Amino acid sequence: MAEAKAPTSQPAHSRPLSPHLQIYRLTWTMVMSGMHRATGGALYIGTLLLVIWLVALATGPRAFDRVQWFMGSWLGYLILFGYTWALLHHMMGGLRHFMWDFGKGFEPKERLMLAKGSLVASAALTLLVWVVGLSLS
Amino acid sequence: MSQFKFSIRTPAGRVRGLGSARSGTEHFWLQRLTAVANVPLAIAFIIIVVSVAGRDFEEARLAVGQPLIAILLLLFILSGVIHMRIGMQVIIEDYVHSEGAKVVAVMANTFFAVAIGAAATFAVLKIAFGI
Ligand code: HEM
Repeated sequence: MAEAKAPTSQPAHSRPLSPHLQIYRLTWTMVMSGMHRATGGALYIGTLLLVIWLVALATGPRAFDRVQWFMGSWLGYLILFGYTWALLHHMMGGLRHFMWDFGKGFEPKERLMLAKGSLVASAALTLLVWVVGLSLS
Repeated sequence: MSQFKFSIRTPAGRVRGLGSARSGTEHFWLQRLTAVANVPLAIAFIIIVVSVAGRDFEEARLAVGQPLIAILLLLFILSGVIHMRIGMQVIIEDYVHSEGAKVVAVMANTFFAVAIGAAATFAVLKIAFGI
């Protein structure tokens, strides 16, 4: 890129360079790309929770009860719910990546369907996990 | 090399290993490999967490200590930690442009991943061996 020379004269048709604020349009695939990164980052932080829980379980009943107390609070549940959704959403995004790696699913209609489909699927799966989980406990 | 005007190294050979990550496609491939492994392991992990969530200390320890559950957890920790380390490195390389800060961030990322991995592995083994 460093060697690329800037055009010396104005090209015949000056084309808009992307991103161009006046014609910028947010698309589903752009949002989902950002969401994959955001959920990946959230899972990175969320992994700390898993480790704290495991280490507390390994340490003893008092440490474990303290962690369980937090996890059982509304904030704890909210974080756990968010973690499950982030994981499932990121997983659906990963499945889309696998498909693209094989060169499939790039048509405009397919892209849109995959983007919307993975949003719906991750929300549905998260609800399913929690309905089953809460009815079991 | 300095006494020669021309190098016999090909242009590709000269830049190989000099990308922002100082490596080639290994990270891309490892990211896919761990992502594939993560699919069944994450599903198993969610089922384990949901079924252990409401339990008290003794019950949770018994559940996590079962060989099959402990092994699945250890595999998810291994695959997940490698995956999240490379994934975060990509994010750092995209947003942190000054060389010094980038090196520090990539290093801190590795330390975090290794620490998380070691702590979780130790905890699962301690529980599973009933120590
Ligand atoms: C559930 C199974 C999972 C699958 C199928 C999966 C799949 C993927 C794939 C394919 C990528 C590469 C995306 C790209 O090349 O742009 C990726 C990136 C990433 N993943 Fe995962 N992943 C999973 C679980 C996780 C977990 C558990 C974590 C964290 C603890 C995580 C953190 C990340 C991060 C931080 C990135 C980088 C995001 C980016 O570059 O925008 N993933 N994942």
